[in-house]
Amino acid sequence: MSNHPIEFDRLTCYYGKHKAVDTLNLNIPEGQVTALLGRNGAGKTSAIRCLLGFQEPTRGTARLLGHDVRALPYEVRGRVGYVAEAERLIPWMRVCDIVAYQRATFPTFDADYCDQQMRRLQLPRRRRIGKLSRGMRAQLALLLALAPRPELLVLDDPALGLDAAVRREFLEAMIDMIADEGRTVLFTSHIISDVERVADRVAILDQSVLRVDAPLDELKSRVRRWRAEFDGPPPSPPPLPGLIRSRPSTNGLWLTATSSAESVRGAFQELGATTVVDEPLALEDLFIDLTHPQEAATCDR
Amino acid sequence: MALLRVDPTRPEPLFQQLVDSVKDAVARGALRPGDQLPSVRELARELVINPNTIAKAYRTLESDGVTYSRRGAGTFIAERGSSTLRPKESKRRLREGLARLLADAHAHGLDAAAIEKLFHEALAKFDFAEEATRE
Repeated sequence: MSNHPIEFDRLTCYYGKHKAVDTLNLNIPEGQVTALLGRNGAGKTSAIRCLLGFQEPTRGTARLLGHDVRALPYEVRGRVGYVAEAERLIPWMRVCDIVAYQRATFPTFDADYCDQQMRRLQLPRRRRIGKLSRGMRAQLALLLALAPRPELLVLDDPALGLDAAVRREFLEAMIDMIADEGRTVLFTSHIISDVERVADRVAILDQSVLRVDAPLDELKSRVRRWRAEFDGPPPSPPPLPGLIRSRPSTNGLWLTATSSAESVRGAFQELGATTVVDEPLALEDLFIDLTHPQEAATCDR
Repeated sequence: MALLRVDPTRPEPLFQQLVDSVKDAVARGALRPGDQLPSVRELARELVINPNTIAKAYRTLESDGVTYSRRGAGTFIAERGSSTLRPKESKRRLREGLARLLADAHAHGLDAAAIEKLFHEALAKFDFAEEATRE
């Protein structure tokens, strides 16, 4: 197996006539935390469902731990921990029952680790899942995915609907896990500040197409926002290779670009700019500039 | 260790913020040569950020001569002047940083006297005492 536990290879997925994922090429490196971002309906969940064999790709494929997802052996599924978007655990089961169920299902289940984490998180063993708080349910879902000690963890918007305090606890549990073994994680989220805390790499999908795949640090140091002013009405934006978004202001032009400072300054000077200033960009602003609405978003799935 | 802080919403990469935060604490005398930094795992848990980010910051600090590590013992603040950067290079960095700050101050209409006053105030907050004797 390569050192990419997850490989998307020209993966394309349609639902009827709707193209959910378009020719996705993406490798997730071992031992790193990769965040898959995108607005609702951008194709994140579809890509993950194809990856885990829940959804047949229309064209192309993906490989999970070196195995084609069109024919995933059970043994391989057992090596992957997965927490679904809005994870639903059977509400009438007691915490100890679902733990026992998971233990019986996964041969690699680590009972000592599970006990230790349950004590740390103070999960009440005898309580029914329906009576747990949302935060406890999310932590339980993460623990159930972690206890079989998976090689790979896939989290589809695990923090959805959690308040800030509970999300922080969830992140702490996730950090604990990464700190313990440097495991490979792929997760999706809409909370950009969470992504900045835990991600090594960021991949951004926009309208089914992959727009960014880069280490987070590199991305943050490369992307800048530029403002140029002109005497008179601003010209149309220069054709720069790393241009992400441009929009006119009263007597100027805003650009968000990954292009080198020299190339942007050069292009603006050629257009006759009177002043050119630039500033670094937070990930949240980059995300918005990359995915700014061109048409109404469809529902996420 | 309460003095190391990072802010995920800022545009600077987190590892860079952590590097700057350690350098700042050293310059202010809050961290002294021989002081031990928390382990990667401890600090990851405390700041709730990816341990890989902490490890990267620690590597950068060590290659900048701010810290040293002893196998099995941990990461410690180095004696001042352990930097492997040549004086010429550290002066170049300072010049560039100052130029950026001055351009910004100019844009906001500060005059030279005000800038000089602020500069000396800031300088007084840092621990440059040994520098004078060493020069």
